[in-house]
Amino acid sequence: MRDVAIIGVGMIPWGELWEDSLRTIWTRAAVAALEDAGVDTVDLITVGCMSSGLFVGQEHLASMVADQLGMPGVPASRVESACASGSLALRHAFAEVAAGLVDIALVTGVEKMTDVDGGAATYTLGTAADQEYESFHGITFPGLYAMMARVHMAHYGTTSRQMAAVSMKNHANGLLNPNAQYHLKVSIDDVLSSTPVAEPLHLLDCSPITDGAAALVIAPIDRARDLAGRRPVVRIAGSGMATDTIALADREDLSRLRAVELSAERAYAMAGKKPSDIHVAEVHDCFTIAEIMTTEALGFFGPGEGGPAAEKGWTALDGRIPVNPSGGLKSKGHPVGATGVAQVCEIVNQLRGEAGQRQVKDARVGLTQNMGGSGGSSIVHILEVV
Amino acid sequence: MLSPARAWREYPQRYRLEASRCTECGKISYPPRVVCPGCRGRQFETVTLSREGTVVTFTVVHVPPAGFEGQAPLILALVELKEGARTMVQLADVPDPSQVRIGMPVRLEFRKIAEEGEAGTIFYGHKAVPA
Repeated sequence: MRDVAIIGVGMIPWGELWEDSLRTIWTRAAVAALEDAGVDTVDLITVGCMSSGLFVGQEHLASMVADQLGMPGVPASRVESACASGSLALRHAFAEVAAGLVDIALVTGVEKMTDVDGGAATYTLGTAADQEYESFHGITFPGLYAMMARVHMAHYGTTSRQMAAVSMKNHANGLLNPNAQYHLKVSIDDVLSSTPVAEPLHLLDCSPITDGAAALVIAPIDRARDLAGRRPVVRIAGSGMATDTIALADREDLSRLRAVELSAERAYAMAGKKPSDIHVAEVHDCFTIAEIMTTEALGFFGPGEGGPAAEKGWTALDGRIPVNPSGGLKSKGHPVGATGVAQVCEIVNQLRGEAGQRQVKDARVGLTQNMGGSGGSSIVHILEVV
Repeated sequence: MLSPARAWREYPQRYRLEASRCTECGKISYPPRVVCPGCRGRQFETVTLSREGTVVTFTVVHVPPAGFEGQAPLILALVELKEGARTMVQLADVPDPSQVRIGMPVRLEFRKIAEEGEAGTIFYGHKAVPA
């Protein structure tokens, strides 16, 4: 297996992009990544997208995106693992480059979510749950995480205040990210007094509906060294994926995210790293409770310690392990298929020392964790400067 | 919402609470499966679940999905039935949602779940009510 590096990142400002279509936001992110990498041709395109079919009525994205980039003829594939689709796009492209099937791959993620109304968007996100035995009864995604939150609270004494601290921290980080959907200062009281969405989660515990795209260019490490110039070369040190039951009804312990634990174990083993080796992480905070549970599952904190850690500021930019310096899904936005790719963009920026005001000092090893549905899939990547 | 054929084929499990018990390891799967998640066995017998259970976890949904707009706030609960199988259901006939607790005993009742406008399919299934 060849060593593989990330040679280009492409982000665009995220938000409710009413003037733009799926194809235009995707193409702008792709072009940004190609320019950052300094390449003009690729051997493979992967695109992570959860539900272009339900959001904009467009399938067959592989063909469409290659065409939009003026590259018909290039092999392309669209991959889907709900909200983890973006990281899956990286994992599959990584495997092809590592195996020597292709050299330069363009890895992308996209979701255009505001072409449908809120009810339809909620329904579409609900298709990542068990459609016939969960969504059928009226449960929503915030509702599924609210159910896990309730168990975590009962089991460990996690509080709404601790969850609110995650939102406050991620919004503070998002203020420093020009590409973030929201530039809002949010206090713990703001979160606790916001509208209830699915108890115990409030509106400000939830990531938003977002239009967005993100892109990466990856290459064998030798090519990466040639193209890097004076910039640090960022290697993909580990990639781990795991699944869990799609329905919460089939999980024994709802206070844990087993897919996150397994995907992390696999990525740590491949990279030869442990949780204490990680300097900065982007994790899947689709809801505040998710950040608490994932930071436990990744081994940054023990079971039940994620809430207190958030409240004590251990995950802040200047904390023991800075989590979601980009603002996370909460503040940066959560265009589901693009999220995993954007997490990697942020970590590459951090490891290159190009993260501006939100730069984590001396970050040389970073981690991304991207989750599908209510934890039915999880993908972890570990990146390091070489 | 589900097409008529999709709703119809689920009648045994949705209307009659039929589940599959693995003849190898005894694990009950609801809805029925082709492969047992406990031992990967493929031989099952059909069992009917009891209606008695307890709340494992719950939430009160204030922002409902399409098709449930008129019903908010909805109480959704994960209920563990006596046989050990768990199912996601609405919790009905609860005047005060703040009284719901983990461990609360409930009973499943046959109820209307949702309907597709004035002329579409009416979907039935089970909801939990306080026991």
